[in-house]
Amino acid sequence: MTDKITIEIDGRTCEAAPGEMIIAVADREGIVIPRFCYHEKLSIAANCRMCLVEAEQGGRPFPKPVPACATPIAPGMKIQTRSKLALEAQRGTMEFLLINHPLDCPICDQGGECELQDVAMGYGGDFSRYSEGKRVVQDEDLGPLIATDMTRCIHCTRCVRFGAEIAGVREMGATGRGENMRIGTFVAHTVAHELAGNIIDLCPVGALTSKPYRFTARAWELTQAEGIAPHDCLGSNLHLHLRGNRVMRVHPRDNEAVNETWISDRDRFSYQGLASADRLLKPLVKRDGAWHETSWQDALNRAAEGLKAAAGPHGTGLGCLISPSATLEELYLAQKLVRGLGSDHIDHRLRRQDDRADTLGPTLPWLGLPIAEVERLAAVLLIGCDLRAEQPLLAHRIRKAAGEGAGVALVNPIALDLTFAATQFVASPAGMLAELAGIAKALNQQGTGTVKGLIAAATATDAHKAAAARLTEAGQGAAVLLGALAEAHPDFGLLQALAQVIAGATQAKVGYLVAGANGVGAGLAGAQPQSLPGGVPVPVPGLSAAAMLAHPRKGYLLWGLEPGLDLGNPAQAAAALGQAESVVACTAFRSPSLEAVADVLLPIAAFAETSGTFVNAEGAWQGFRGVVAPPGEARPGWKVLRVLGNLLGLAGFDQDDSAQVREELRALCAEAKLDNAPRGDLQDLPLSSQQAAKPRTWRVGTLPIYAVDPLVRRAQALQASPLALPFGVWLSPADAADLGLTVGDPVEVRQDGASAQAVLALDPRLPSGCVRIPAGVVGSESLGAQIAAVTLSKA
Amino acid sequence: MGFRTAPMSQGLSVAAPTAVERDALFTPEIRAQIDAWCAKYPAEWRQSATIPALHILQDANGGWLAQQQLDDLALYLGMPPIAVYEVASFYSMFDLAPVGRHKVCVCNSVSCLLGGSEGLIHHLEHKYGVGPGETTPDGKFTFKEVECLGACKDAPAVLIGRTYHEKVSPEALDKLIDGLE
Repeated sequence: MTDKITIEIDGRTCEAAPGEMIIAVADREGIVIPRFCYHEKLSIAANCRMCLVEAEQGGRPFPKPVPACATPIAPGMKIQTRSKLALEAQRGTMEFLLINHPLDCPICDQGGECELQDVAMGYGGDFSRYSEGKRVVQDEDLGPLIATDMTRCIHCTRCVRFGAEIAGVREMGATGRGENMRIGTFVAHTVAHELAGNIIDLCPVGALTSKPYRFTARAWELTQAEGIAPHDCLGSNLHLHLRGNRVMRVHPRDNEAVNETWISDRDRFSYQGLASADRLLKPLVKRDGAWHETSWQDALNRAAEGLKAAAGPHGTGLGCLISPSATLEELYLAQKLVRGLGSDHIDHRLRRQDDRADTLGPTLPWLGLPIAEVERLAAVLLIGCDLRAEQPLLAHRIRKAAGEGAGVALVNPIALDLTFAATQFVASPAGMLAELAGIAKALNQQGTGTVKGLIAAATATDAHKAAAARLTEAGQGAAVLLGALAEAHPDFGLLQALAQVIAGATQAKVGYLVAGANGVGAGLAGAQPQSLPGGVPVPVPGLSAAAMLAHPRKGYLLWGLEPGLDLGNPAQAAAALGQAESVVACTAFRSPSLEAVADVLLPIAAFAETSGTFVNAEGAWQGFRGVVAPPGEARPGWKVLRVLGNLLGLAGFDQDDSAQVREELRALCAEAKLDNAPRGDLQDLPLSSQQAAKPRTWRVGTLPIYAVDPLVRRAQALQASPLALPFGVWLSPADAADLGLTVGDPVEVRQDGASAQAVLALDPRLPSGCVRIPAGVVGSESLGAQIAAVTLSKA
Repeated sequence: MGFRTAPMSQGLSVAAPTAVERDALFTPEIRAQIDAWCAKYPAEWRQSATIPALHILQDANGGWLAQQQLDDLALYLGMPPIAVYEVASFYSMFDLAPVGRHKVCVCNSVSCLLGGSEGLIHHLEHKYGVGPGETTPDGKFTFKEVECLGACKDAPAVLIGRTYHEKVSPEALDKLIDGLE
């Protein structure tokens, strides 16, 4: 900034940019001005009047106190925040605010961490002159996450502005007038937005509080620890609030580069799963079909024997499936263990069906740009991404970009409810290729191999041309991002090939929104069949997750997953794991689909209970500590692997703490470079057999936002929210009519020899020839791949 | 840009009605009247027609607004429903529950109170047995206390329907009410 101007606050000379508000300058200088309605991430409302200060300019005082949040600075301005006039104005405001505020701090959940309480202590009077009746406001039920005590509301409207400006959904508002004004939804409906929990933090009083946390602890009983969110590839920074050995609640920790000051509800409330009744507390072994508790020693011996026997002399009998939300240390040691036994069959890409591109695509995929850059993109093309469910906070960044005029286009097998203007190309999984080919054609690309055929067959509509033009105009400010639905697509390789063609023609960056909290880290750690730690290619790659299940192994090591819910093809997984001689599962939770196939269950620590590292989508290594002890006899995963390594007599398992494991890997990653450039020619990949069969009906197996991992699935409050989609069958009204089905009909779903029953509902957002059957939810375990041919009939 | 300075049809998740859905809302006459108001503003600022549209809908519904009308209007103007609720609940000229055939609105602000509107209020309460916001048992009129009518120089003021009556005494008010159907 060239034209800085100088002002004076409380006698201190400050530099500031023209147009800044007084309060922003004061905050930067560490000068405290009380406020309720002002929030740096929200628009200025200036309706609480708490930040009144005295100001003068050019020797002329303003005639009355001015609100610091809404008064832009001017050269030579002098501001007094603690003068007699300012303090009187602040005290007056405080008195008015307290007129209708109940004196119920002892029974208020916000007590002890309440902005109103704090400011009243600092700036208010010590008695009330008001003796008339106070107003009472009826509460609303905003759903399972947010509790309301609207009588306490002081009308700062932060929650209203959050909805309109950040969430992009105006659900709350200020209705009525004067004394009768109230904040609410007016019609008492559940607030259904994946970021809604942030209004709990924004509320300066106890009007909006956390329903799951409420009345369980007092602020002063809690200690605060740092953490990293374990559900998406952003790795939002967290504050964990602990009492004794328990995570009581989770708050955001400011980090402009990652999560700004927000977190998604998934990150905020998933801690509830830690206390779920089905935590695995002791090692269990299966004898004659029944589970028996045993000692760690016995369980580890059995596990080691089982793995060794399965691996065989060449190691090829052993496969390892590991959650992409495992810590970097766990991923690294797991691959070391598996490779130590001679096997390269380890994979974290649990939902990928198309592994044909493994050796051709990038080895270490990542977002392709820093997270904070996303909001500055001028054009974004999202391929196969249920954006708000997969990456709630990245959706917010993209929304910001759209607000600045960025052109956002999406290619998906279902139309999404977005909170910003976007062009949506909605087509069946087969049609998605045609849509991308249409954009490539609009860019005058020819392609080679299969892609050439796709482009030749495609038509470039006006919408394709417009999307192509936006990408071209944006130049390097454009990105083509591939999401989880793309990864689950049977032709993921060709989707990547088309993404590369489009990016190549427009200078756009290609990015991957990898699954799990540590998908990028899993690549670096070598927990994939085609590369060693640091992205070093394996000469002869091992089997991918899909291949390990399609070609059953003698034994498996499962890490942090439920086979029925976390794998791309649960029916196939159940068969492959069921026939195995030995299945060792390291898990924090008991789970029916795991217990059906495993022989040994080893209890490992979950989120917040183990130290470790997540590498987020932009490649930042974010370390965290274990801040509570794991329950029962559960142990941090890296320690379990270390001991298993010792028992198996493998070299390199002598670390004393997780930091040593991390440093060992870091040294191996010194040369590693996250890179989305393909290593081979993806364009020559033939169409998948699924595609070639031209199915009449495609299953679109979206993964609901609260079904992504075992921890979230056990967070009761989230599961009670309207965003937690249950199992079911959704068809577009036209397709339902075609099949002779009506809403509420029981439907038999058959997929590749597997079947399930569910009730039909209608969803006009679906393209023709597609049926939405969610994955990762109870009821879906018996079905096959997420995106594949299905047949429907009336049950 | 804050949400107050940007049109609600942009940057917010708002249901966009199809042409068919839009044509199913209200009656052709009402749509024509609302469209006439929308035409006075830039195309993306359809929300500017909220207040006149609420008047049109209220007149067509016997003097009050049903929630379905508010939701329909939100859809018609491309607004989140809560934004229509905010407007409809703010202004005393909109009623959100059934009312009598007429509305007798007595000003309760300072000039009128000094000029005797308190007497009018007591008179209405005792003679006709209706408190503020209530309707006479025969459904003839709803008595409303309202904020300043802007007729301070000839206080007290009473608004009946759309007609101002100034310097109203209890006797004059009786006569006015007798004259209502």
